[in-house]
Amino acid sequence: MVILLLLVLATSASAHTTLVRPRTVADLQRSIDRAQPFDTLVIAPGVITGSDLTIGKPLTIIGRKGAVVDAAMKGTSAIFVDADNVTIDGLAIRNVAVSFSTDNAAIKVRKRRHALIRNCRIDNAVFGVYLSDCKQSQVVGNRFTAYYSEQSKAGNGVHCWTGRDILIKDNVIDGHRDGVYLEFMHRVTVTNNICIRNLRYGLHFMFSDSCSYRRNRFEHNGAGVAVMYSSWVEMTENIFEDNWGVSTYGLLLKDIRDSHIRGNTFHRNSIGVYAEAASRILFDRNSFTGNGYALRMLANCDDNTVRNNDFVANSFDVTTNSKDSRNHFDRNYWSPYEGYDLDRDGYGDVPYHPVRLYSLLVEQLPSSVILMHSAFVNLLDVTERVVPTMTPETLIDHHPRMKPLSP
Amino acid sequence: MMTRLLGFVLRDIARGRWVILYFGFFLVATEGLLYFTAGEAKTVVGLMNIVLMLIPLAALMFGTLHLHHSRDFIELMLSQPVKRFTIYSALYFGVVLPFLGAFVLGTAIPTAIHGMLTSPSVLSLLATGVALTLVFFAIAFVVAVKINDKAASMGMAFIIWLASAVLYDGLVLAVTVWYADYPLETATIAMVAANPIDLARIIVMLTFDYVALMGYTGAVFQNFFGEALGITVSALSLGLWTVIPFWIGARAFAKKDW
Amino acid sequence: MITLHHLHKHFDSHHVLKDVSLDFPSGTVTAVIGPNGSGKTTMMKSILGLVTPDQGQITVHGVSAINNAASRERMGYMAQIARYPENLTAQEVIDMVKGLRQLETNGAMAALVDRFDLGPHLNKPMRTLSGGTRQKVGAVIAMMYSPTALLLDEPTAGLDPIASERLKTEIARHRDGGATVLITSHILSEIQELADRVAYLHEGRVLYSGDVPSLLARTGADSLQRAIAHMMTSANEVQA
Repeated sequence: MVILLLLVLATSASAHTTLVRPRTVADLQRSIDRAQPFDTLVIAPGVITGSDLTIGKPLTIIGRKGAVVDAAMKGTSAIFVDADNVTIDGLAIRNVAVSFSTDNAAIKVRKRRHALIRNCRIDNAVFGVYLSDCKQSQVVGNRFTAYYSEQSKAGNGVHCWTGRDILIKDNVIDGHRDGVYLEFMHRVTVTNNICIRNLRYGLHFMFSDSCSYRRNRFEHNGAGVAVMYSSWVEMTENIFEDNWGVSTYGLLLKDIRDSHIRGNTFHRNSIGVYAEAASRILFDRNSFTGNGYALRMLANCDDNTVRNNDFVANSFDVTTNSKDSRNHFDRNYWSPYEGYDLDRDGYGDVPYHPVRLYSLLVEQLPSSVILMHSAFVNLLDVTERVVPTMTPETLIDHHPRMKPLSP
Repeated sequence: MMTRLLGFVLRDIARGRWVILYFGFFLVATEGLLYFTAGEAKTVVGLMNIVLMLIPLAALMFGTLHLHHSRDFIELMLSQPVKRFTIYSALYFGVVLPFLGAFVLGTAIPTAIHGMLTSPSVLSLLATGVALTLVFFAIAFVVAVKINDKAASMGMAFIIWLASAVLYDGLVLAVTVWYADYPLETATIAMVAANPIDLARIIVMLTFDYVALMGYTGAVFQNFFGEALGITVSALSLGLWTVIPFWIGARAFAKKDW
Repeated sequence: MITLHHLHKHFDSHHVLKDVSLDFPSGTVTAVIGPNGSGKTTMMKSILGLVTPDQGQITVHGVSAINNAASRERMGYMAQIARYPENLTAQEVIDMVKGLRQLETNGAMAALVDRFDLGPHLNKPMRTLSGGTRQKVGAVIAMMYSPTALLLDEPTAGLDPIASERLKTEIARHRDGGATVLITSHILSEIQELADRVAYLHEGRVLYSGDVPSLLARTGADSLQRAIAHMMTSANEVQA
């Protein structure tokens, strides 16, 4: 303990804090080159023009309010971090050039540990923070704003490719391609972020296991979250809202196993959850309200459990493209349920078939969607509900709740 | 002459209890839906079902019945020096206008109170409700003029309602099933545009976001009905469905022996 | 003057008027008689324009009455059973006809209303009025604008004796004013009292048309009733 304390004192004694007033990136580069490892550079307010700044030693760089690096749409990335233990705090970075050959970012970190990027404002960058093969790093409390209209030009807000133990927290990511993109990552935690108006996904997982995301908000993105080719993902208490449009969804699950989806809210998405080849997933205490399709589970999904969820005022609660289902539905609340509860245990005495006949028809004959809300289709659904003939018999909730879990 | 006659027909209808009932029904149903259902889309769907089912049914049944009950009124007018077309027009608008007023007010007052009157869905609902009223009263009059027996023409009116409000969609569905292997978007658009009730349904549905659920097909529909051609085709279809029955009815009325 | 020239009318396969040619001169009352189904009402309705004949011509004061609304401008009609728009008052019904005719009738109308004691009923809805009162409204409507042709289908049916007498007086007044009056009635005493001429229809054909004295002379009967009975039997014999 004493040794540790001495060590801390020794480091702080040798580290210096310097206030700098660079006008160009070249000025700032000279200050960085002159600094000692573990020094702190405080940048005074003012615009610093230029790009391709390299931080090649452990430094803490703090931008005072109004300190802006303006790449002016020239060069490649604005800042390269080429050392472990670099902190960039409170700096604003803007106007990173678009390139089709290099992935230009506001801050690019490659093969490093302990990078901390926090409280930065990144405006009009292709990629925001780009972590390639990084470990034990954090991206916290930043704001990313981009203005692209085409996916091919845009980059991702926070982009992580290969690595582990990354914390992405308290960011607002607006208008990028994907808000957060994770590929070949392990143990990434994505918490409390707001991802809005991103062109593709709010959050995009590819081949990333043992990750978790909670309490994020995904609004008005091309689609909310895509989790693909991953296992052991914890998805908790997120809000998926207004991801609305032709073939758009709140959450896309593709080739994913052994994950938990708990306490999330899916509101006003054209498809709440779209699951393809998903196995052994637990859906528990989620709320699906006002979606077009609340839960769309294709035939290649098996052994999933859907329990204690609220399904309220969705056009279609559950749809599938097969006649049988190998998933388990139990103790959910379904707003169209019209059964009764004579024994007053809170669960309806008549089992509920959440798949409407009409949804099967639409599945097989997309043109028949034009009959939505017509009297004939309503009649058909009522008949099917009374005498099920085509809807999956095994897709059944034996204990439909009489009241929603969340009011 | 037309307006003078219309004035008296209107006064006669307006004092009958049917129009009041009709107004009251829309008032209560709209307010009920606004009060009890959560979310604009759900309310509009509920209202849409009422508009699509009830307006054609009420127009067909009441229109047919009314013309039969007005036989004496008609004979009185026919024995005056007035052209038959004028009489027919006065009878038609004399029934249509009070019912339009009852529907529009009965729906608009509660939606206005709830601040939803200017939403595109409610406006399109009002517009299509007006169109359906015009169409189905015109059809009802043809039935009443062509079929002298009251019970038989009421039966016919009901069959027309059943066919256009329910069975037609069954036919559309059957066609999509039979020809599932062919691209059917154009054919379904044509079938839908040919039935005023379906057309009204699609027009209302396009105003709320349901079209996003319709995937590729929905996009095709939205492209069609959203552009000038689609709007023209819709207006033309509803217009023809009013004008042609009206014209057939007026011709039959002109030739009819009383 | 109303002229019918070779009128034919079919209702489906039923030949209702068979080559009917008749003249109804001005200043006369003609009783159109015949058994039920003889074509009386169809003939009246043809003149009125309610029924369009298949063949033949109808002229009213020299103007064709077929598909011509204008021919009804000076024509008054009282239907057999007077039923009217239920929710309008008697006054409104009268006003409506006035409006349609665009004629100034205030003097004549007020006098008629007075003569038929309609004053207390004018502001009541038609549905609340008795059959007789409605019939009186019908008489006012038919006569208030001084028609030169008056068509009355069983006009006294349902009227009380006083109103009935007043109606007859009105009919006579119109005749004396030069109007062409046609009446159908089952009450032969009434016809004898009112009619100058008789047209007898049987199964769509005119069997007799002429003045009452000639009819009596031709049939050798001493009353209209007998004369008509004679025609009916002989018509049936011819048929047999």
